[in-house]
Amino acid sequence: MKLVYWMYAGPAHIGTLRVASSFKNVHAIMHAPLGDDYFNVMRSMLERERDFTPVTASIVDRHVLTRGSQDKVVDNITRKDKEERPNLIILTPTCTSSILQEDLQNFVDRASIISDSDVILADVNHYRVNELQAADKTLEQVVRYYLGKARRRRTLDQSITDVPSANIIGISTLGFHNQHDFRELKRLLQNLGIKINQVIPEGSFVEDLENLPKAWFNFVPYREIGLMTAVYLEKEFGIPYVSVTPMGVVDTAKCIRQIQKHINNLAVVALEETVDYEPYVYQQTQFVSQAIWFSKSIDCQNLKKKKAVIFGDATHAASMTKILNREMGIRVSCAGTYCKHDKEWFNEQVHNFCDEVLITDDHAEVANKVARIEPSAIFGTQMERHIGKRLNIPCGVVSAPVHIQNFPLGYRPFSGYEGTNQIADSVYNSFIPGMEDHFIDLFGGHDTKEVIMKSLCTEKGVIWDPESQLELSKIPSFMRSKIKRKIDKFAVHNGFTKINIKIMYAALICL
Amino acid sequence: MAVEISETLTFECETGNYHTFCPISCVAWLYQKIEDSFFLVVGTKTCGYFSQNSLGVMIFAEPRYAMAELEEGDIPAQLNDYGESKRLCIQIIKNRNPSVIIWIGTCTTEIIKMDLEGIAPKLEAEIGVPIVVARANGLDYAFTQGEDTVLAAVTHRCPERKSSVGGQDQLVQDEESQEFFSFLPPNDENVKKTVVGSQKNPPLVLFGSLPSAVAHQLSSELKRQSIQISGWIPTERYNNLPSLGDEVYVCGVNPFLSRTATSLMRRRKCQLIGAPFPIGPDGTRAWIEKICSVFGIEAQGLEKREKKVWDSLENYLDQVRGKSVFFMGDNPLEISLARFLIRCGTTVYEIGIPYMDKRYQAAELYFLQNTCRDMRIPMPRIVEKPDNYNQLQRMYELQPDLVFTGMAHANPLQARGINTRWSIEFTFAQIHGFTNAKEILKLIIRPLKDNNDFKNFDWTNLVRKDNNSLN
Repeated sequence: MKLVYWMYAGPAHIGTLRVASSFKNVHAIMHAPLGDDYFNVMRSMLERERDFTPVTASIVDRHVLTRGSQDKVVDNITRKDKEERPNLIILTPTCTSSILQEDLQNFVDRASIISDSDVILADVNHYRVNELQAADKTLEQVVRYYLGKARRRRTLDQSITDVPSANIIGISTLGFHNQHDFRELKRLLQNLGIKINQVIPEGSFVEDLENLPKAWFNFVPYREIGLMTAVYLEKEFGIPYVSVTPMGVVDTAKCIRQIQKHINNLAVVALEETVDYEPYVYQQTQFVSQAIWFSKSIDCQNLKKKKAVIFGDATHAASMTKILNREMGIRVSCAGTYCKHDKEWFNEQVHNFCDEVLITDDHAEVANKVARIEPSAIFGTQMERHIGKRLNIPCGVVSAPVHIQNFPLGYRPFSGYEGTNQIADSVYNSFIPGMEDHFIDLFGGHDTKEVIMKSLCTEKGVIWDPESQLELSKIPSFMRSKIKRKIDKFAVHNGFTKINIKIMYAALICL
Repeated sequence: MAVEISETLTFECETGNYHTFCPISCVAWLYQKIEDSFFLVVGTKTCGYFSQNSLGVMIFAEPRYAMAELEEGDIPAQLNDYGESKRLCIQIIKNRNPSVIIWIGTCTTEIIKMDLEGIAPKLEAEIGVPIVVARANGLDYAFTQGEDTVLAAVTHRCPERKSSVGGQDQLVQDEESQEFFSFLPPNDENVKKTVVGSQKNPPLVLFGSLPSAVAHQLSSELKRQSIQISGWIPTERYNNLPSLGDEVYVCGVNPFLSRTATSLMRRRKCQLIGAPFPIGPDGTRAWIEKICSVFGIEAQGLEKREKKVWDSLENYLDQVRGKSVFFMGDNPLEISLARFLIRCGTTVYEIGIPYMDKRYQAAELYFLQNTCRDMRIPMPRIVEKPDNYNQLQRMYELQPDLVFTGMAHANPLQARGINTRWSIEFTFAQIHGFTNAKEILKLIIRPLKDNNDFKNFDWTNLVRKDNNSLN
């Protein structure tokens, strides 16, 4: 047993459901007790989904506990098959079904004979994997299933497309800024003259999965979801993949160069020419992305050598660490991730870019680390935001888990060249309030606690005579309005409507 | 699917494929109510994920609740349950020093048959802090029933009332009552005097967790009828639980407390007052009247008081009259809310409800039936263990003006031009007593009004045609 107040990654079935409901016309049936369909609430609320989340539960209740599910699961599958005619139904085990040890595969086998939909059992173990690993695994399982099916049917067409093309793998529902990243990545590939073959799982149909092998290469923007699929496709079909996350100018360039390498391997034969993306990288870095210019500007010089702590999933924490350190000159005192299963990769990525590495899924440990380091800003998840609030340190949210405010309606990619701009803004805005706060403290705090008049404009209430106005103008400009306000307040408080030099000094003494 | 509107109260039972919250969510409001408690949910990551997401920001305020997360080793009992729970409880006592630790058993502890009830007394004796066990799991219960299981477990911890005659016992009662009112400002002499004043009625204990302000409002309503309350379950402090015995009368304030009621009657030999619930001015009046009648007191001035409340609601009533309502059902408050809304002049097509205890809710059901007759409105169908999919089909056909639903369905329904009100809000909003009737209506009117505001836009349906097979 473990005493837990908060966790970063959800249980395994959440990962499976994220993948299932990202596809179109795929329905997930959870083998779970009443109340475990909380995923539907999250998707409906956080993503503000207009459509019903295609997830239902085959309820495990007392009867199931004593007699087993018997026909219940099969009935629920066939019923859903008739009601919604999905292409695929994924039976999703939960922690409860893990211990019940019912033969879910048997239910799936029975149901797939009766129903028109394909039926599979998500191969995830609640006690072994978390949300992210399960999502990765489920996506691979679905892809493997449909490619296997196509191969058996002999409909699998392995010839690659005429023009360079790519699959984007790993965009999913409830992913951190996934929708925006997706748009940005699509644009990036289009700019490079690369056709998008498929994007999975978000918005795609399972029957199109057999077209995956037509792509020249696979593109996996996030480490957490999609890598297994890419590895499988490489092994099975020899499709190379790019898994450099295009976050920050340096890594975006690195990513594009890798893409170029893969394309040229085939282009020499297929197109009898090669591509050169260097001018594109150069042009984008210099003029489309503002990030490099920004880090040269005097604003950013103020940030140099400030301390920051970074925490999040492996992809975002590693990328942010590199961006802050390499592209903005900020000192990353500590970089950490809760993706314990990927710690070797993380260590290798952030090594050289931070003072220390923290691998943990205990938020208290992160909080203690932040408290000890006292950084000028934190970049983390929703939890770090709250840690920051308690310690009075500004925080930029850069990774899941997040709240509804991190599912913005406006365009906020983290990837690609527009992503570099968004990140620069986010970083800058996180540090600046910290500076402001510091200055405000230096000059005695905001005087907003006590409202003296209904409107912010005080001119109406109190008149300054010329002599006092002159005196006021002698006060250094950065403090002037603050002191004027205090004197106004003093006058109003004591019933003076006109301020002369005497009242002014009386007020200054009271300040 | 043809939908009939019945002339009598009909009960149906569907498949139970509906969305609701897991009963462990009761921790969210109970830990705030019982101020010196600590809730330990013994379960898995699934339970933890649910509570951290459903509790939203509360989680960051160092709540007095945590998960005892079962790991793979705990499942085949490789690890020793007793030793493990002791280790965690000692950790909790060291950090938080609670007066009581409440263990919430979950689906997993049920399935692996972890003997929480057996471990608790032994551990309690060893560590010296009471441990109350409540099995609030999704195998057996829905949403607010979680509170029911906790309160039922708490009733066993109430002290035994000494059935002696004379001053001493009375004194004990007075002290308890005073402590019960400890949330009031100390200079509120008025209340204290009346409380200390001699008690005419037999001891009355109310059960159900309400915000302190609401609990106070209800008890002062009873005080107007010169009825003294000798305690509540739960209390702000665990050590102030009221004493129980065979001369104690008990009355529930919420419709989902049937196990607590049963436990009070059977185990503690209390006498249950079966009344409609004090939700809406009609319900509040009926509730008070029923308590008065049991004590042989003639209720004073209630009719006038009820009328005054209705009069004050006139503006709101104008906006709900003639509207139609559909309850999908997820927190057994539905019957009482529907009854109040029918009195307000709405038509209720369907009352979905997770489960229906016809005995505990008898007075409320009877009241609902009479209300329908009075208002000349067809009786709603009551659907126990509803099937959300079927409900959606019925809803598309009926096109109700307002649907009470959980958050899983609210946005999709809105997108299809059907107004919704999240049912969860009614478990957190103050809805009991005369004064809070306005709150209920305010919550209901908001979506109706929003719709009026957007009337000029032809954007009621915001779903792509090819997108969803449900429509």
